[in-house]
Amino acid sequence: MSWKARLSLLLSLALLATPVITGVQAGAANQLEIFSWWTAGGEADGLNAMFQIFKQRYPGTEIINATVAGGAGTNAKAVLKTRMQGGKPPDSFQVHGGEELTSTWVKTGFMEPITSLARSEGWLSVLPKDLVDIVSYQGEMYSVPVNVHRGNVLWYNKKIFDDNKLAAPTTWQEFFKVADALKAKGITPLALGDKNKWEAAHLFEDILAATLGPEGYRGLWSGKTSWAGAGVKQALENYAKILGYVNTDHAAGTWDSAAQMLIDGKAAMNIMGDWAAGYFTSKGWKPNVNYGFAPAPGTGGTFVVVTDTFGLPKKAPHRDQALNWLRVAGSKAGQEAFNPLKGSICARTDCDLSKFDAYLRSSAADFAKNKLIPSEVHGSAAPEDFATQFNDIVNLFVTRRNVANAQKALQAACVSAKMCRK
Amino acid sequence: MPRLNRDRILAVAVLTPSVAAVGIFVYGFIGWTVYVSLSQWNSFVPDLSFAGLQNYGTLFATVRFQADLRNTLIFTVTFLAACLLIGFLLAVLLDQRVRGESLFRNIFLFPMAISFIVTGTAWQWLLNPSTGVNLLFESLGLGALRSPWYTEPRTAIFSVVLAATWQLSGFTMAMYLAGLRGIPEELMEAARMDGASEWQLYRHVIVPLLHPVTLSAVIVLGHISLKIFDLVFAMTGSGPAFSTDVPGVFMFETTFRGNRFAEGAGIAVIMLALVAVLIVPYLWYGTRTAAEA
Amino acid sequence: MAQQAAIPAIATVAPARPRPRWVRLVVYATLTLFALFYLLPVYVLMINGLKSFQEVSLSRMWVLPSSFSLDSFAKAYGKLAPNFANSVRLVIPATLVTALLGSVNGYILAKWKFRGADLLFPLLLFGMFIPYQSVLIPLVQFLQRAGDALGLSLYGTIPGLALVHIVYGIPITTLIFRNYYASVPTELIEAGRIDGAGLAGIYRHVVLPLSLPAFVVVLIWQFTAVWNEFLFAVVITNNPAQQPITVALQNLAGSQIVEWNVQMAGALLAALPTLLVYVFLGRYFLRGLLAGALKG
Repeated sequence: MSWKARLSLLLSLALLATPVITGVQAGAANQLEIFSWWTAGGEADGLNAMFQIFKQRYPGTEIINATVAGGAGTNAKAVLKTRMQGGKPPDSFQVHGGEELTSTWVKTGFMEPITSLARSEGWLSVLPKDLVDIVSYQGEMYSVPVNVHRGNVLWYNKKIFDDNKLAAPTTWQEFFKVADALKAKGITPLALGDKNKWEAAHLFEDILAATLGPEGYRGLWSGKTSWAGAGVKQALENYAKILGYVNTDHAAGTWDSAAQMLIDGKAAMNIMGDWAAGYFTSKGWKPNVNYGFAPAPGTGGTFVVVTDTFGLPKKAPHRDQALNWLRVAGSKAGQEAFNPLKGSICARTDCDLSKFDAYLRSSAADFAKNKLIPSEVHGSAAPEDFATQFNDIVNLFVTRRNVANAQKALQAACVSAKMCRK
Repeated sequence: MPRLNRDRILAVAVLTPSVAAVGIFVYGFIGWTVYVSLSQWNSFVPDLSFAGLQNYGTLFATVRFQADLRNTLIFTVTFLAACLLIGFLLAVLLDQRVRGESLFRNIFLFPMAISFIVTGTAWQWLLNPSTGVNLLFESLGLGALRSPWYTEPRTAIFSVVLAATWQLSGFTMAMYLAGLRGIPEELMEAARMDGASEWQLYRHVIVPLLHPVTLSAVIVLGHISLKIFDLVFAMTGSGPAFSTDVPGVFMFETTFRGNRFAEGAGIAVIMLALVAVLIVPYLWYGTRTAAEA
Repeated sequence: MAQQAAIPAIATVAPARPRPRWVRLVVYATLTLFALFYLLPVYVLMINGLKSFQEVSLSRMWVLPSSFSLDSFAKAYGKLAPNFANSVRLVIPATLVTALLGSVNGYILAKWKFRGADLLFPLLLFGMFIPYQSVLIPLVQFLQRAGDALGLSLYGTIPGLALVHIVYGIPITTLIFRNYYASVPTELIEAGRIDGAGLAGIYRHVVLPLSLPAFVVVLIWQFTAVWNEFLFAVVITNNPAQQPITVALQNLAGSQIVEWNVQMAGALLAALPTLLVYVFLGRYFLRGLLAGALKG
């Protein structure tokens, strides 16, 4: 064991010159540490609004706002993994509902169920059942959803549509007609920016939902719908055709540069989650005035859910405070304070809609009556190792448009992620 | 104890921490990476049970990894060729008793001081097909030079080669210039006296004399290009249809985004093998001749 | 003489015979064309970083700003200042400690040869060529475990990252110093020995006073390498509060809300320290490059 001695010699030598910084330490009893990647803009404002409500209801508790910025949550997730593996969990943390919660944290034994809390708070009657299922594993609920973003939205430049007397397409057949009309006028029909790969996967996810329908789409993740089957084949063929209508420089852009193309009048349509509405708002664009919106073609009556939730880690240092935090996050007041600022709708179906803009009101109405399905690209439908392979396969498909190869690869990824047997 | 022996022991004792550190951090860690690459650790929770060569089999069957190996080959060859040619050209030009030599030299060399991340960020803007140099070409009436750059899968990798050459061709220039200045004047005069033309002089005297410089440049730039990561990561990512993907980027995403640690370790081991093929003979030969000298 | 061989420099005597006028013209034209190519990215970063927010537009990317505004730099600095400070805190120990270790190691390997040294040296050197991907997974595990065992935060912190740079900097600094010391005449060492000095005494009184040029080269080399490094930084420091500037710049450039002229200003800011070193100490910078490649 003499190498240990040598090593510590080396370590002390190296550290002589450097001050040692320690991480966030669990301190006094009346603290609450909330971990998220909501560091800026409306998200941060919304989180603070929830903190205010917490402080009114449970005074005397110091809130530690542990946020990690950058990379759309990838940095935060990495920090969280380190802390959880090191046995230093925060009291509660932001996590997307679905597989990001269950396969990363629940199945691995890091979380405590909150079903009894959900019952006593009456959440089960105000949260849609489909949504409760997304945050549940083997009959127990593991986190409380605070908001919902919609993944399957078609955005369009209203002026271009009005000038050309076009209506938002509701099916892909209509989409091709509209797109041909736009193309004839020299306007790029569909804006895409897929430099980060997930954007192209996002579009494909919406096409899958349209082609397979909500039940067929759900079956992809439970093994009931085969990746090798006719439905997926048709979706890929559909996608290949749609790609004929996107901007040629899509590989240089990102989701926001695609949204910007609508604002600049360089493209007429964009299919993206409703964080795009937040982007439009930040550029001074208004719903139903500057931009129009509709469910992505073929997905009317279906709502692709991206939901942020908070859960209860085992060994949470201040468990009682953490439970109080979950009470606030699941409450009507908490969600009404958070969501208008964040630019999303409540996970609860009983929020006061007067606080939301036209787009969010329409989204909330759909949410209450549509079939809800989980987003794969945003961590809900499949485990992370499948998600990265899915992105890769779609990325390749966008260029090669080889349906058979893509289908074979998707099936193989499904097997290797242990989602389907063979 | 005699002084010399005491000093011998002291010498070993002083070297020990560094040797131990490198032993653990280089050789120990490489060993562990090889071990991980033979395990089943392909999810968030470590699982080190033996999997044989299964991960390597998966990798070589993956389209993305096949693209990576192809890209690495194309990138290394074209990048080396570009750096050697441009570096040699600039060195020869600067060797013509040029006024402002040090200014030119500094301009050619300064990109070496900059991080690949900065280079990648800058060239990502410059080669964006809807802005960047395409705009410049248009305004100069050179619209014919417009290019889709890194958005065209078949040629995207050459955009990265362009940025890498911008950053590192000054290095070969400096090495060749140092080499040229090291050639004795008498040798060149003798060749001229024998009636050699300038072309023959370069072809038969100077270039052969610069072979050791070329070899050094190939080793240094070659190992950089085999393990390139930052530049691609900042500039294009893996590109359309993995046209700019390289093993370094794939390893990073597989391991730290996809939690497939065993496969990530497998990519790392293959990268190491590629670099070793280039470096080990050089180290072996280099240190042996140094010892004999 | 011997020392110049160890730390190579480009001789300034230019041998050539006079050439016809048109040849000189072609030479200057080609050089100027290449100079423009190398300056192009800096020009774009600079002019767009200096534009006011009103004036920024992608379609006017190549147009000079109508008035100079430091708004973008101020905004970029506001976002990157903590990470700039992190890089400074990282670079100082990582540079100094590695240089010291390299000097001592190089001295012993050059002047106190022992059995096995000729085998040890290439094994040590191999460490500077490896792709660091091949050590990343165990490195992260090691920093987490060792940090816990010692009660220190190593993973995810600047001190931990500095430790990593120190260890992986040992091979190159050892190489440069060894080659430099190899050219110190053995008679000087012998003379010291006759005067009764031992290993430590000769280092202190004979070798160290001669080492300044090598130290300058090594310090510049390490400073540039550590400041610009990205892979270790992005893997080891996840928390933005602990990230050095290269990682922060990459996050800034990938961010959807930051204006692109701010990103350009940020890129210049990240490049500034190494550029300044290059401008003022370029000669030594070049020698470091050549020393790393030309091995003595």
